[in-house]
Parts: sequence; structure tokens; C-alpha cells
Amino acid sequence: MSGGPRQPDIGARLTFDLGKPGRTACSLPAPDVPAAELPPSQFLRRELNLPELSQVDLVRYFLALSRLNYSVDSGFYPLGSCTMKYNPKVHERLACLPGFADLHPLQPPETVQGALALMYDLQRWLAEITGLDAVSLAPAAGAQGELTGILMVKAYLADRGEEGRRRVLVPDSAHGTNPATAAMGGFEVVTVASDNQGNTDMQALASALDDGVAALMLTLPNTLGLFDPNVGRIAEMLHRKGALLYGDGANLNALLGRARFGDMGFDIVHLNMHKTFSTPHGGGGPGSGPVAAKGHLATYLPTPVVDKEGDRFVLAAPERSIGRVGLFYGHFGVLLRAYAYLRALGVEGLRQVSENAVINANYVLARLRQAYHLPYDRHCMHEVVFSGSRQRAKGVRTWDIAKRLIDYGFHPPTVYFPLIVDEALMIEPTETESREALDAFCDALLAIAREAEEEPQVVKEAPHTAPIGRLDEATAARRPVLRWRREGTDAP
Amino acid sequence: MTLPYITNTAADRRAMLAAIGVASAEELFADIPPECRVADLGLPPALSEPDLVRELTALAERNRPVDTMPCFLGGGAYRHFIPSVVGEVIGRSEYATAYTPYQAEISQGTLQTTFEFQSMVCELTAMDVANAGMYDSASALAEACLMAAGVTGRRRIALLSTVHPHHQAVVRTYAFGRDLAVDALPPDGLALGEEHACLAVQQPNFFGYFLPEVEALQRAVHEAGALFIVSADPISLGLFRPPGEYGADVVVGEGQSLGSPLNFGGPYLGLFACRQQYLRQMPGRIVGRTSDAQGRSGYVLTIQTREQHIRRERATSNICTSQQLVALAATVYLAAMGRQGLRQVAELCYHKAHYAAQRIARLPGYSLAFDGLFFKEFVVRCPRPPAEVNRALLEQGIVGGLDVSPHVENGLLLCVTEMNTREDIERLVDTLAQIGGSG
Repeated sequence: MSGGPRQPDIGARLTFDLGKPGRTACSLPAPDVPAAELPPSQFLRRELNLPELSQVDLVRYFLALSRLNYSVDSGFYPLGSCTMKYNPKVHERLACLPGFADLHPLQPPETVQGALALMYDLQRWLAEITGLDAVSLAPAAGAQGELTGILMVKAYLADRGEEGRRRVLVPDSAHGTNPATAAMGGFEVVTVASDNQGNTDMQALASALDDGVAALMLTLPNTLGLFDPNVGRIAEMLHRKGALLYGDGANLNALLGRARFGDMGFDIVHLNMHKTFSTPHGGGGPGSGPVAAKGHLATYLPTPVVDKEGDRFVLAAPERSIGRVGLFYGHFGVLLRAYAYLRALGVEGLRQVSENAVINANYVLARLRQAYHLPYDRHCMHEVVFSGSRQRAKGVRTWDIAKRLIDYGFHPPTVYFPLIVDEALMIEPTETESREALDAFCDALLAIAREAEEEPQVVKEAPHTAPIGRLDEATAARRPVLRWRREGTDAP
Repeated sequence: MTLPYITNTAADRRAMLAAIGVASAEELFADIPPECRVADLGLPPALSEPDLVRELTALAERNRPVDTMPCFLGGGAYRHFIPSVVGEVIGRSEYATAYTPYQAEISQGTLQTTFEFQSMVCELTAMDVANAGMYDSASALAEACLMAAGVTGRRRIALLSTVHPHHQAVVRTYAFGRDLAVDALPPDGLALGEEHACLAVQQPNFFGYFLPEVEALQRAVHEAGALFIVSADPISLGLFRPPGEYGADVVVGEGQSLGSPLNFGGPYLGLFACRQQYLRQMPGRIVGRTSDAQGRSGYVLTIQTREQHIRRERATSNICTSQQLVALAATVYLAAMGRQGLRQVAELCYHKAHYAAQRIARLPGYSLAFDGLFFKEFVVRCPRPPAEVNRALLEQGIVGGLDVSPHVENGLLLCVTEMNTREDIERLVDTLAQIGGSG
């Protein structure tokens, strides 16, 4: 988002409106073979309503729109649980190498040994980082990684004749996808409360844990940004009851090179390459969500995994695999960026990442705690969750604070999540931000806290400087307009 | 070691730790029990940027990319021309390094281009509404089948046995989660029952051919009270009748062909469109148009009560992302191709594929495995096992087709697009002739 006056109503005109019959932005070859007979007209398309733009108009349109976006490269983006770290530019260059970008997934294996070697090594390294035994890179995103993990739990239990285990426990401090994922796995979801320290309530867990439980899905550190020190006991309790411990690894940034899920007793974990391993978020994908598992569960990993036979790399299907989760082998183009990131960092680099991520979050905590309510008063890990409850008492909602931050030049934090914190403000600075950037951000939030006291209207009407004002979301949902239509045909 | 991706200096860290009120960073990790800690990991040592480029380039050079050889491989991933404007737009970090547009006021670039994408998918498929994108065509098909089960309250999914085997496999994986049964039915003598939520077909099918009696099929599906799901090749829709015109309730497709490289299988893009009446059962992100207090048009994420972060375990799906950057590539691609260009691409594929098929069918020992209408892929019966044929082609520097001999005796699935020149095709034909003759 680079300032400048917004054009009068850029949102009112799409490529469909900008074109003119007879214009084109592409240049295609003339046919070099004799034309074949086309099938009868009932098989053919009558009309194709796509834009007709010149190339320069097309470029200007998409460039103008890009300037309305806030991004990591334009500024601080402390969106909690999203790990909006800087994305190294060398990765983009490497991903475009023809030896990676122009590989067909069904080429003979002997022509793609470099790509398979890359995947094989990445599998090994992710296993090493998580302390688990085997990895599949196939899941397309974190949510699909979760689904994969839960289906592995289901397949494992089915093999043991324990289909009676129909319940999955999900702490109230878990990621929002977890309950939806458990439901897609055919499980019933039981919420487990947190205690007043922000940890899993051990009594609540003990009373929910019986022979009908398949697994617990634990986000660690949790969405309060807190590491549950009872994790070892939790794993023990589950295993004693014949249930599995599933780990949501979305917050791994806090633990890189310091602590491993496998050593804590987790059985299956998914990771997010687009969070921890610095691949660009793309405005909402593509991500990548590899799954790691303990040895006895490796046989259930999705197809394919990369194996080594002698000095050849091959794609293989684990014996009791839950099957395919995607068309091919996962998001290779994303995975290779994660590979490059790991190669650039090494172990020492990973430890620096977690150290700086945790220092940055605690620094924000220390600077803001006087102005904003801190519901769990202890050191945090990679992110800190405040409550806007004090400001709400003055009639200013967290939503308003978020919008006001835009005026100060920052992307707002995650708001109203986790659900267990009233008026939540969830701030994840990441390791790539400087002390100066954090100071500027904290100064802005402190100024907004003062505004909430002294001139709340300024906050409630924010943003004042964004390309567009607050949008009418209620009407958008009630009378949905979800596509362009030619004027006069605004149905249904 | 100073990392270029970490900004704090040692002095910064000391000052910050003092402000936090701890003596060392270790104190901040105190909640992690000692038995869970590690001090070292078995990872290779860090590389500088030039060394990293050298290593990755060497790895890339161990592959033989298909831009250096004539390639006739399809089977779900396709080589199509990508105009330079596509890479230029999606390479802009304003698009690439943003996240899901939760804050609409500073995300209009992502939101408006998504609205464009939804509009273009609707136009292409002749459907009412489309979502912002899914992981790939296979998972989009699986989600469509789950949606049909939700809409009809039925517990069996039916699909034609001519649907891509990988798509079938993904449908089975998703169905396992929801405890749904999956029946792969032969296209002839279709036996759809009252327990079936849907019939899923692929147009053209895995072997490249269109269904001959699609109208009769859709009538049978609807008479059985099921949903008709069509997985379509979006490039084919530049020339062929869109599924919305022959009774589809849901249309899915693979968006990789629309401006994305092959990328060894991903990231790709699932297209998902359906009839208006199913809007609130649709999975995935949806963007809608609205306005601000001054009446200026703007775009927001909408109909979110279907989604995981609000509906939790009762959400239509757990999907969060929409393959946004890949969908943006598809949007720019379709805008660049436009009304004429997409038809031109589709016609080039059609004519070149038919030229190749006719030439190969005349070679001694070779024949076309199926009659009927095809687009850019077709199955050739070879005089020798297709694996041998492919090996011999590769020795001559040609990437052959997909060995489909498990489905069609000695069957080789070949794909010809606008990227194959006549010279490529002649070389393929000549080489196949030699291979056939020497067998």
C-alpha cells in the first residue's frame, strides 16, 4: 500500500469493464498443422465472456490494485499465529530455475532425481527438527496436514479394531481449524478447558479422557503464545488410555532448534512451511503442510513419500497409507523454498530464529502491559495475547483498535482470537523484525490507548487514511454479489 | 554468525532483555521441561547466498526439465504457454507477501482480484457462483462429493471409472474421513441408486475423451435425486460447451493450465463453481462486493458462517487457504488470453492433437484405442509395452506419454498442446515408427 490518492472508485471497474472488442494482451502462434474437423455445434461453446484488454492496460490494472495491498515487504505484519516473517528473495529466483519449475510430475524418475533428492533430504531434516521418525510432504496446507494426521489416527485405530474411539479432544486454546478437522475425520469434538494459567486444565483433561477418546489435538505453544509445561504428563495420560497425541505445529517458530515434538511424546505433527519456513503466504496460499509421525505410525502416511533404493530416489506408497491427499506430491514449488531456507540457516540459524522470535514477543509484552490488559501474566513464547477489555469499557472495541493501527501504518494483529480471551489482540512479531520496528508499533498502540481515553471517536471511525473506509460486511453477506455481471443482468 | 534475515543486534537483544526484566533469553524458555530440550540437530551447516545458489542450481541440473525436450505427457498436469505478464504480476511482493485478506481496507488488491477470479470461473464454466480457489482439482472434486453428501443427506458417492485415478484416490481418502462409501461405476449401463449423493464425471475423461451422451447421463443423475458433478479441463472450455449448459450442479477443474508452471506437481489450483442454491454449503473462501460509508465499491471475505473459524466442527470444510497466488496467476492468464485467446489456445491444442493422432494411427502396429470426440489427449495402442516405447523415446530426447497399460492393453496416453510444434510432432511420429518397426 503506497499512499497517493486512490482513484475515484477503482473497485467499481473490473477487467470486464475496461476492455473493448478487438483488443488482446496475448500473442499466440498461427496453426502449423492442417486443421482438423471441429465437432458439430452442439458440442461447442457459443460465447465466451472474457475481458478484451491490451497488454499495457492489463499491467496497469493489476499494478494499481497491488498498491492497495499491505504486505510483509511494505511493513510490520504482526498477525498472531500466522508467522508473517520476511521471505528471502533468493528463494524466488531458485524456484524459477527451469530444472525445478519445468518438471512434469509424471516424468520418468531417472529424469527427476534432483527433485526427489531435495524432497528426500527435506523429509529427513523435518524429521530431525521435530524429533519424529518419518515425514510425508504431500499435504497442501496446514489444514490439510491436520486432516491427514487425523485420518492417520483413524486408520491406525481401525487396524487395532478400536473403531469405538469416536471422540477427539481439542483444548479451547487450539487453532480454529482443529475442531473442523476432527469433524472431517468423522470424529466427535470435545472441548477441553484451559486453566487460569493458560495451560491445559489437567482435571478437565482427566475427566474427558476415557476409552472412547481417539486423540488429543494440542497446539504447542498454544494460541495464547504459551508453552504448556505439562505436555509430558499429557502425553503419558493419553498413551496410558490408548489414545494418541496429535500436534498442531503451526507455532513451531518458538521451538526451532530448542525442543522437539517427538521428545515431548507427540505421535503425529503437522508443520506449516508458509509460517515457520518462510515461504510467502501469497495472499492466502499456496501453503504446504507436511506431516511427521512416530515410527509405528509411518506406515499410515499419505502417498507418496520419497524413498531411497541404493543410490536412486523413488516415490513410494507406505504399506498402510491413508492414500492420496492431492493430485501429485504436494507443493514442490513451496517445499523447495523451505529447503533453501533450512540450507541457509543451519542449526545455529534455527536457534537464532526461535530466540529472536521469543525475545521480540516478550519485548512487546513488556512495553504494552501497562496500557492493555494481559490476561495471562507470564512470559510468552513467540506471540503475546492482550485483551482490549479496558478500552472496551470506554466504548472502544478491539476491532476499532485494529482499524486505527492502519492509520499508524501497521497491519493489525489477529483479533477476537483465541476465543477464550475477551476482545483478544494476538500479536506475533516474528524474528525478522527489529527493535525499532517493535518500538514504533508499541508507540502506536500506546497512542491508541490514550486516544481511546481522550478522543474515542477517532478510534471508532478509523481507518482515516486507508484506500477505502470500513466496508459494509452485513450487506455483503445478506445480499451477496459474488461475481461480475454485464450491466442490466444483476441477477440472481 | 549474523543472519541476513534477523535484524536485532546483540546490543539490541541485551537492551530488550533488560526491558523484559530477565538476565538471559534462556529464562524465556523456562516453561520447556529440560527432558524436551535439544542442543544440537543433525542438519547440514549453513550456506551463504552464493553457495546456496550454487547448491540448488546443481540440484536443478540433476533434472531434465521438459522445456528442453519435446514432451507429450499430460495426465492431469499440462504444458501451456504462460504469457510474461503473469509472472510479472504474481511476482509483485504486494501480492506474494500478503496474507489472507482479514483486514479488507488494506487488502483490496487481493480481494478485488479474487472477485475477478470468481467471475471468470463462473463465465468459463457457465455456473452461478465460484469460490476463491482450492488446493488442486483432485481435492476440489473430493470436496464437491462431500458437499453433495451434505446436500442430499446420502452416504454413497458415485463416480465414473474413467475419472483420473489420482482424483478417485483423493475422493476415497476424503470419504474415509466422513465414513462415506465410494462406487466407481463403468460409464456403460450406469446403475445409480437412491443411496447415491452424486455422480462425478470428468470431461474430457482421464483418457482424453468426452462423454458421448452427457444429456442422458445428467437426466439419469437428477432423476435419481443426486448431484451431477463435472470435473472439466478449463482450457477445453475455450472451445467446448461449458458444463453449466448441460446440467452440472457443481463444476471443478484443474487451474494449473491457466498460467502456472508444472512445478513437479504443485502448487496447483482447484477450481470450484456451483449453482446458486448450494452457495451456503460451498467450501472455501468467498469474496463479495459491497461499499464503504462514502459509497465507494470494495470487496470483503463473505458468507463466512460456513467456515472453520466461525462454525468450528460444523463448518463445511476445514480449508483456510485459497491458493491465492495461483488463483491470481489464473486471473491474469485469463485476462491476458481474453475472449479470443483462450479459444485460439484450445483450437491449437485440438488441431495439433488430432494431427498427431491421425499420423500415429497410420503407423504400422499403432492404433487409436478409442473412437469418439477428444480434445488434446488420446490413447494409442502400441505394438510394444508402453514402458519400452517411452524408454526408447527418451533415448531419442523425447518425453513420451503416460503408460496406461493397467487400464488399456499396451495403451499410451499422449498429450499435445499449443507448446508442441509440428516439428516436435514429426519427430515423435518418426521415432514411434522406428520403435514399432524394431519390435
